[in-house]
Amino acid sequence: MTGPSSPVTTASPTIPAPARAPGTPPRLRTPRVRTPRRHTAGRPRRSVLLTVLTGLVLLYSLIPLLWLVVSATKTQEGLAGSFGLWFGGDFALWDNISATFTYNDGVFTRWFLNTLLYVVVGAGGATFLAVLGGYALAKFDFLGKRAVFAVVIGAVAVPGTALAVPTFLMFSKMGLTDTPWAVLIPSLISPFGLYLMWVFATEAIPTELMEAARIDGASELRTFFQVALPLLAPGTVTVLLFTMVATWNNYFLPLIMLKDPDWYPLTLGLKSWNAQASTAGGDPVFHLVITGSLITVLPLIAAFLLLQRYWQSGLAAGSVKE
Amino acid sequence: MTTLHLRGAAERPPAPPPSPRNRRSWTGWGFIGPFVAVFALVFLAPLAYSVYLSLFRDQLIGGTTFVGLDNYQQALSDDQFWASLGRVSLFLAVQVPIMLGIALLVALALDSGRLYGKDFFRISVFLPYAVPAVVASLMWGFMYGTRFGLVGDINDALGVSLPDPLSPSLVLASIGNIVTWEFVGYNMLIFYSALRVVPHSLYEAAEIDGAGQLRVITAIKLPAIRGALVIATIFSIIGSFQLFNEPSILQNLAPNAITTDYTPNLLTYSLSFSGQQQNYSATVAIVMGLITMVIAYVVQLRGMRKGA
Repeated sequence: MTGPSSPVTTASPTIPAPARAPGTPPRLRTPRVRTPRRHTAGRPRRSVLLTVLTGLVLLYSLIPLLWLVVSATKTQEGLAGSFGLWFGGDFALWDNISATFTYNDGVFTRWFLNTLLYVVVGAGGATFLAVLGGYALAKFDFLGKRAVFAVVIGAVAVPGTALAVPTFLMFSKMGLTDTPWAVLIPSLISPFGLYLMWVFATEAIPTELMEAARIDGASELRTFFQVALPLLAPGTVTVLLFTMVATWNNYFLPLIMLKDPDWYPLTLGLKSWNAQASTAGGDPVFHLVITGSLITVLPLIAAFLLLQRYWQSGLAAGSVKE
Repeated sequence: MTTLHLRGAAERPPAPPPSPRNRRSWTGWGFIGPFVAVFALVFLAPLAYSVYLSLFRDQLIGGTTFVGLDNYQQALSDDQFWASLGRVSLFLAVQVPIMLGIALLVALALDSGRLYGKDFFRISVFLPYAVPAVVASLMWGFMYGTRFGLVGDINDALGVSLPDPLSPSLVLASIGNIVTWEFVGYNMLIFYSALRVVPHSLYEAAEIDGAGQLRVITAIKLPAIRGALVIATIFSIIGSFQLFNEPSILQNLAPNAITTDYTPNLLTYSLSFSGQQQNYSATVAIVMGLITMVIAYVVQLRGMRKGA
């Protein structure tokens, strides 16, 4: 298993280290990263043409979401009988929502709670492990560090399915398949999260600060929790959001690992509802698939919107200087 | 406490080099240990097991026998496998440049500061990334369909008959559209973040030299974000070779167009879960993994070579 030989050189241009004057406290935590641009003659003149052209991509991005919202307000008959991008005669959103949650003894609620469990434990755990590991890679020199790094970065290039089948067989022998553990344990590893935290911690934590803490007699754990962790907050939020998306959207792993619908996440549940229509004697519930999809999408969009200033400053680490 | 440390830091003589070579110890293992332990369980062990599996064959008569590299030989002469690989390669060659091209144009437009409502653009184009692939595929699948889809609506409204996006000849392009829709915003954000850290002094120098917008883009911005471009390309290549979710969901709607061996991942999935050929499935997965890694590696080398 060999990864790209020099991931460090690959990576560094993405997020260059800030040319911080020695001793200057890092300013990465400034919540708002939108500094006024000064790089072209004064303020560049806004362009209607450019806005309209970029607007085409905007429409492309938003129209399917509009379709989803509009369609969630329609009955199953209305879906087939009315124009997709405008509301039909009957406004059935509330009926659809309550039907989604109550259909089939409220199994959707169960899927929702499962997804929450997978996200809280899986994404939360993955973020914690990535922060710890990224901090170690950035701030400590230890035997085997290069090997750890090469193996982990190489692992990013291994297709998930190359691992899925053997993981399933292994877990099956360990009696873990068809239990939440089968979904949770693999979710705990995010090589990309580790990489992001490594880059971020390199910049965000001045080594002098850690040494000052040590001179003050702080233990390594205390230095981590009280000095490093607060400085890592924007990077942590970024990694948390990306691992949350990965876990919330996870489909392949649960598809393989879970047979019992009681442990399904939302994605697998929606798929099973959709497939129901094409099975003999199955009850087509397209309006519930659509409303359920909307309910599945909303929490993540809300998380991104609410936390955007934090995760964006985490992504653009180092851009605050000037 | 914080102020104490900040002051302590400020009083120190000029900073040591950023890499902390001065402390080679086992402390680092205390922090990375938990990651490595779980990583070994969910990455390394299955990988080793996969290689082990690929060397055996499970036969009805005689049980499991060691067959050496026979499975690999079979995979390399398997038409089904090559057909699926060809399909994702075609997908990769068309979809990835389109997606990354759009993402780059939007990132440059945002970075130019010439847009009205820039923040709205940035967040809206990114939003589809928050939509699960399953939901995106269900949504687009409905929209593609004639029953309550937009394609049907457009046909009715304009009195035309657009080609069916779910027909065998178009379904790959339709999948490409879904993947593009999902990831344009994500890649745009990677490029945009990289553009934002380009030192402003470079633009000022270019301005003094009388460089136009286009020249600034080609001479400064694109070289500056080369690393981000290479990373995004590699991730997109890996993603294309792993194509599974979108075709798997659309299969319900287009069972004739999307076969169970449509992509290498669908092939390994159906081999091991419907065909019960776990050893061969592991082999195909390993071959795919090797191909992906080689291509990602070549792209990285080529992409980085011309760097200043």
